[in-house]
Amino acid sequence: MTRDEVILAIKDIIETIAPDEELDSLDVDERLRDQIELDSMDFLDIVMELRKRYGVQVPEEDYKELASLTSCADYLGPKLENVELKVGV
Amino acid sequence: MSTESNAPSPNGDEASQPKMLTTKSNPWGSRHGKVPQKKNFLEGVKDEYDVVVIGSGLAGITAANILGRSGKSVLLLEQHFKIGGLATWFKRPGGHIFDVSLHGFPIGMKKTCRKYWSQEIADRIVQLDKVTFDNPQFSFDTSFTREDFTDKLVTEFGLEREAVEGFFKHLRKMDFFDDSNMTTGELFEQFFPGRNDVHRLLMEPISYANGSNLDEPAITYGIVFSNFMSKGVYTFVGGTDGLLDMMRAELRKNGVDYRTRVQVDEIQVADGQVTGVVATGGSTTMAIRARAVLSNANLKTTILKLVDPSHFRPEFVEEVEAIRLNNSSCQVYMGIRAGESIPFVTDLLFTSTRKEFQSHSLSDLHGESRTFSFYYPKGRPEMEEQRYTIVASTNARFEDWKDMDEEQYEANKQQLCEETLAHLETYVPGIRSKIDYVEASTPRSFEFYTQHQTGSSFGTKFEGLQPSMNLHLELPGLFHAGSVGIIMSGWLGAANYGVIQANKVDAYLFQRAETQQA
Repeated sequence: MTRDEVILAIKDIIETIAPDEELDSLDVDERLRDQIELDSMDFLDIVMELRKRYGVQVPEEDYKELASLTSCADYLGPKLENVELKVGV
Repeated sequence: MSTESNAPSPNGDEASQPKMLTTKSNPWGSRHGKVPQKKNFLEGVKDEYDVVVIGSGLAGITAANILGRSGKSVLLLEQHFKIGGLATWFKRPGGHIFDVSLHGFPIGMKKTCRKYWSQEIADRIVQLDKVTFDNPQFSFDTSFTREDFTDKLVTEFGLEREAVEGFFKHLRKMDFFDDSNMTTGELFEQFFPGRNDVHRLLMEPISYANGSNLDEPAITYGIVFSNFMSKGVYTFVGGTDGLLDMMRAELRKNGVDYRTRVQVDEIQVADGQVTGVVATGGSTTMAIRARAVLSNANLKTTILKLVDPSHFRPEFVEEVEAIRLNNSSCQVYMGIRAGESIPFVTDLLFTSTRKEFQSHSLSDLHGESRTFSFYYPKGRPEMEEQRYTIVASTNARFEDWKDMDEEQYEANKQQLCEETLAHLETYVPGIRSKIDYVEASTPRSFEFYTQHQTGSSFGTKFEGLQPSMNLHLELPGLFHAGSVGIIMSGWLGAANYGVIQANKVDAYLFQRAETQQA
């Protein structure tokens, strides 16, 4: 996955968790929580989906790395380098 | 019988006289469905699963559902004959269906149901039309939204809007890093000094929702109140039976093997990790292997009874022994005779005849405070008959009830029914002549049906949270989810906590599979 694909992967997961939110206009550098309604349970869902879809484990102490799309790409990029993007699962 | 009414019956015939079927024939309460069984309730159960879930409260079934959905093999074992835990209902002669805990939950339940159950379940969650407070200090109807509560605190209580908004803002900001030495009572005193009436308004609904009082850490109040005090109080249309029907269908769809009337006798451990359970289902006892066990049984029962304590550090066992359980409940279930109706009063009534608020008195034996949940035909629109029931709830202490002999027990239940009917009569004049079924439950009933020590209907006090959350660090493969720490209580708290712990189970299984591959 490229950096852009990681962002696509995250957005695709968020879409299943928060179907009513508008994701196209998300600012990649801004905190997700400040732009759309995501609570701590939603972030837990993102973690579970990442494990299920891509076999990547995000330990509790790293949840903060998922704050913005950019930080997601920074943190998950190296972990997902050799993993293929699956959207619309 | 003392509960008999002298009110003239509208039809003048004998059949419309209220027949009070309290549990006189069986002073220990109904033993319905819990008699020893000769059948094998474990028939067809496999020798091994990824996860065994012990107990089917909302935490247990929600965890089982999402673990099953993500492809794990899951066995869910429930000692009672129905799944759902205290999210339950029961039927009684006269066509009555009584909901035990459907009173109302926060808006968040809608999202939780959509994400972890189904859109169809979420779509059936609707807002209560009215919530009412009535006591010697204040009386009003509210939508229980933040806007309306703010207005009420300004208009009815004469507080400054800024002070109220500041309080709500403070609550929403509270998190675990706050000074946890402050109690809820101290928090109230800081924001609204000397205002016993305000403290009553703020505390009473939450006490009924999770058994807490003014002495708990303020953080527990901040979290629970902020959840509730946003967009009103919600319920499920279709009754608890309808909800559990849909949930069972969802469990089946996701491949969860669920069994009722199965008692887990023991959680097995080898080489420092959990290996499975021993369970008895009627005529059969069997050992079932599991990579992980998630217990939705009472926290203390799980750690101190189901596991051999030698598998824990002595300090941990001591810590768990010291955890205080939350209080229990009494309920009075009142069924309106078929064909009768009552006008819309309110959906949820918080009422007391006590002059001033005293937190602990909410649990008093024959106290002056209770809630009435009114269930109208709108709650079960699929039912052909238009039926009404009213359920009164109070908090209660197990100690007050446990040593009564059978005669005292029966007399106290009778008195509880009588006091409740008299209280209800002040809101719905003539209600007695319309009621043809009354039954009381006590902390002893809750203990019997749920097997929670001391009939605790709200889990543990705050200190139960950490041992529950981190149980797998003490014994790999063992997880707990259920009402703990006051925060993880009620329908929303329990269901969400099931998800939080299911994520840990999932991570553990993932890690194990990776280690084995390597």
